[in-house]
Amino acid sequence: MLDLAIIGGGPAGLSAGLYATRGGLKNVVMFEKGLPGGQITSSSEIENYPGSAEILSGLDFMAPWSEQCMRFGLKHAMEEVTRISKNPDGTFQIALAGGKSEQAKSVIVCTGSTPKKANFEGESEFFGKGVSTCATCDGFFYKNKEVVALGGGDTALEEALYLSHICSKVYLVHRRDTFRASPSTIEKVKNNPKIELILNVTVKKAYGDKMGLNGIIVVDAAGKERDIAVPGVFVFVGMNVNNAILQQEDGSFLCDMDENGNVVVDLSMHTSVKGLFAAGDLRIKASKQVVCAAGDGATAGIQALEYVNH
Amino acid sequence: MGKYLELNASNFDSTVAEGVALVDFWAPWCGPCRMIAPVIDELAGDFDGKAKICKVNTDEEQDVAIKYGIRSIPTILFFKNGELVDQMIGASSKQVLADKINSLL
Repeated sequence: MLDLAIIGGGPAGLSAGLYATRGGLKNVVMFEKGLPGGQITSSSEIENYPGSAEILSGLDFMAPWSEQCMRFGLKHAMEEVTRISKNPDGTFQIALAGGKSEQAKSVIVCTGSTPKKANFEGESEFFGKGVSTCATCDGFFYKNKEVVALGGGDTALEEALYLSHICSKVYLVHRRDTFRASPSTIEKVKNNPKIELILNVTVKKAYGDKMGLNGIIVVDAAGKERDIAVPGVFVFVGMNVNNAILQQEDGSFLCDMDENGNVVVDLSMHTSVKGLFAAGDLRIKASKQVVCAAGDGATAGIQALEYVNH
Repeated sequence: MGKYLELNASNFDSTVAEGVALVDFWAPWCGPCRMIAPVIDELAGDFDGKAKICKVNTDEEQDVAIKYGIRSIPTILFFKNGELVDQMIGASSKQVLADKINSLL
């Protein structure tokens, strides 16, 4: 029986593990199917983590976290969790891919979120064949070529700037004429000669052939279409929370969720189920920032420690 | 414990020509690629002598990446006796990859 099972190895999961083990919990396992680090490792840079003044790539930024967070005995199981359910005695069952399972006295769910689809025709067909959600991964394949970045938030604008260093031109396509990104980033985008703004349009469809994407058609409010012939489209239109492991066999969720599928927690990151905590992107009102996820993880780690010890 | 094979333009075809091969197209700057790196290492051990677990560094082997139309990484290709039989885009779990290899053996 584990004292604590942590599901997910991003900033929230690693911080939860650090606090729980440093606080004295002995049998703490973090389930993460690969190398820990989380979604931020796909980000081209991080410049808003207080105390880390040097601007690093997400990958470099997260590199020391595993070493530090595992210093006090946190164990990493390279397994994929398929479901968390409650046992009659109040402990939890952690079902793993492949049919095995583990038992735990408490659980912290930090499964984060994944990029949302923009839902245009051809998006799924050409995903990985021109449509991408990771500029640091795939920008390289479009060196000196033209690409589209889709979206109007911080991620879209930051990654458009990143792509402008590699690609010959970046069309920033957004459905409004205003951006939700930070003013300093908007300024950089507007002053970048390699970025062309295409605003107040939606993507109608992506087209291509068996080798991959050849372009997209966008349409404005008046119905006027424009063909943007590019081999690459990077989609940054927000995130979906990864809550599937909380879904039970009958389709209900293990704990209370809001209407958008975010996990309802109190200020202690406690869910509606005793001993079950949630931290990071998938909780209600999450700011979806690394520093917030780390803070959530620390809170949940401390609370889980308290729960198990009393 | 077995180690994965590094493939390049000169040894790619001959390596995948016989038996079952998993080929992971990756690059050092790619977060999801680094995330599955330990999974690939373990698969190389688990399938030692049964299937070939291979990696292609797309940064160094751009011609191979172009030949297979790689435009997103990680992309994992599965070969059986030289024939491309399946592919997975993005970071998959060890279980999913192992199941796929087992289904081809």
